[in-house]
Amino acid sequence: MSEQITGAESLVRSLEHSDVDVVFGIPGGAILPVYDPLMDSPSVRHILVRHEQGAGHAAEGYAAASNRVGVCMATSGPGATNLVTPIADAHMDSVPMVAITGQVPSAFIGSDAFQEADIRGITMPITKHNYLVTRAEDIPRAIKEAFHLASSGRPGPVLVDITKDALQARAEFVWPTHIDLPGYKPTTKPHGRQIKEAARMIVDAHRPVFYVGGGVIRAQAYKELRQLAELTGIPVVTTLMARGAFPDSHAQHMGMPGMHGTVGAVGALQKADLLIVLGARFDDRVTGKLESFSPKSKVIHIDIDPAEIGKNRYADIPIVSDVREAITQLIPAVTSEFDAGNRADLTAWWITLNHWRETYPLGYDQPSDGSLSPQYVIERLGKIAGPEAIYAAGVGQHQMWAAQFIGYEHPNTWLNSGGLGTMGYSIPAAMGAKVGAPDKTVWAIDGDGCFQMTNQELATCTINDIPIKVALINNASLGMVRQWQNLFYNERYSNTDLHSHSVPDFVKLADAYGCHGLRVTKAEEVDKAIEKSMEINDAPVVIDFQVHRDAMVWPMVAAGTGNDEIQFARDLAPQWERGDD
Amino acid sequence: MARHTLSILVQDQPGVLARISALFSRRGYNIESLAVGTTETEGVSRMTVVVNVDQHALEQVTKQLNKLINVLKIVELDDNTAIARELMLIKVKADDHSRSRVLELVELFRAKVVDVSGDAVTIEATGSREKLEAFLNVLAPHGIKEIVQSGVVALARGARSIADRSNKNPDRSS
Repeated sequence: MSEQITGAESLVRSLEHSDVDVVFGIPGGAILPVYDPLMDSPSVRHILVRHEQGAGHAAEGYAAASNRVGVCMATSGPGATNLVTPIADAHMDSVPMVAITGQVPSAFIGSDAFQEADIRGITMPITKHNYLVTRAEDIPRAIKEAFHLASSGRPGPVLVDITKDALQARAEFVWPTHIDLPGYKPTTKPHGRQIKEAARMIVDAHRPVFYVGGGVIRAQAYKELRQLAELTGIPVVTTLMARGAFPDSHAQHMGMPGMHGTVGAVGALQKADLLIVLGARFDDRVTGKLESFSPKSKVIHIDIDPAEIGKNRYADIPIVSDVREAITQLIPAVTSEFDAGNRADLTAWWITLNHWRETYPLGYDQPSDGSLSPQYVIERLGKIAGPEAIYAAGVGQHQMWAAQFIGYEHPNTWLNSGGLGTMGYSIPAAMGAKVGAPDKTVWAIDGDGCFQMTNQELATCTINDIPIKVALINNASLGMVRQWQNLFYNERYSNTDLHSHSVPDFVKLADAYGCHGLRVTKAEEVDKAIEKSMEINDAPVVIDFQVHRDAMVWPMVAAGTGNDEIQFARDLAPQWERGDD
Repeated sequence: MARHTLSILVQDQPGVLARISALFSRRGYNIESLAVGTTETEGVSRMTVVVNVDQHALEQVTKQLNKLINVLKIVELDDNTAIARELMLIKVKADDHSRSRVLELVELFRAKVVDVSGDAVTIEATGSREKLEAFLNVLAPHGIKEIVQSGVVALARGARSIADRSNKNPDRSS
């Protein structure tokens, strides 16, 4: 008779077969059987986090930094529900992730047993797919399928919920040789005729723009993108999810579009006659009011998810494909159009674009009271830590400034919660990124509001030798909310004052967690503190940058308005006179 | 807005009905009628879903349904080329005075009586939505005590089966 092993052993063996090197998690009753064989695994390292949300975001950060599938694990009930936020986050940002949860024994399901929650039902709308496994022999197939689903097509989170009796029962271990998912066949190759038509449209356009989204990073299509961009000379904008997909220093880069994008990038989209959309989804933070978004452009929309095409904006040429494959095929198609002498002159377009870029560069004012400017801190961090480092932001003003002022040259160096906007993402995501890319310097750029949601993972970092660095942009408030209260609620600051210049003392907190804590309140101390942090590698570092609280994120397209109404500073709108409308 | 009938082939697995109905509700579309049953192929169920949406919403919901891993195929059935039927059980007041009149109507609509008691009859009727509505209208004066109705089931006319038909193109590119 063949070897019989427990479901728990079978799960660990399945993770080994899936080349998992790290799992972030916390044990508990229902998942407990797994933790015993996990102790003996020669290749799977388990990192014990302090909160399951931390496990989920760490798996996301690991995936975003390394392009591998991130794995998190939790027990039933509250363990599983604490994973809900990171799962939803991964779903919105197409992060490949497998979440494994223990479930109460199958005989107890539906009885409101201790620590029972229907996590499969709860996560149905926020996973790419999920499983409830009740038999030991079904575990290997579920795990194999989960990794395949998470990492192929449009990536996303897959949850595998396994009952305790399935983990304890014995069965023969059979690793499936093939995957049988008849309802899952992502289209990865573009239609040849559509590529030809797209190439023709690209060479004919007089005001074309590459609208680049996070799909380019997930598909690892940056080299191909650069090649196509340089071949055509067409301007590029990179969305919040795509920062780093195209070098910020590149002459054709117009910056980030959207609610807090550059005037040049927003203007390029608004006045374009052709949008070449690569792995992006016309998110409302990019389009502003949809009816007035880029009113005169035709659209070539390339995405691996057919449901994104035509969802928010009609596509004149829809192309369902892996974006790298599509760009690879566009390059020769465009070249042959050029060879045939078809090439529109982009000179006038570039004169307009350069005019916007020179007239409305990104900038900020230094506070008049001598207090520290948050933008200055982030700008200096980008200069000193440089483009080789990885930056993981929280959500809010500091996130936007980090997107604007760091300067990204490489993919997978900018990690953030774009779609869901999850405060608390930064610290655990930075931890996961450092585990996934141990040779890189990893900076968490966090706000004092976000930091207080998940900073317990500093303990995990210290104990497990994961020396992340934290630039805490501490304005003692929920800054972005405060900005909206300033602009739209008559400066009535309801419940946005966190008092975090005094409580807690973040330097003491860092110290308590075994981290190095530094405090900076003046501009002249900024460089020294960052440089000192760069030299520390024996433990995490937290720099409490106590910054001016009235600094605002500009430019801004106010919610509900059109992109043409962008303001580059309070009550200051750009002149579009060189546009042709 | 128009009424559309979708035939959806799904893997017969626990939770699949929840996945489909939840998708409609979370994307903001109301299901007008839904019927589920087994098919000629083991392990495959067929759902007939009627939704009242515009063309853009129909395309969106079809694409979103196609993304569900357990969904195998979606075909939209055109009213003109498909047969759609629903089943209704109707309990109507019928005493010695009115019974013969009710039975006449049953005959006329090719329905049948499945239960009789002193002051009521229970009728089984199948047909298109329009026919059943008309039937209810003529029965109404007699006093309808109770009705129960199945979802629409529908099948394309002709020799080809749903297995022979290609998946509804999610868009013009694939």
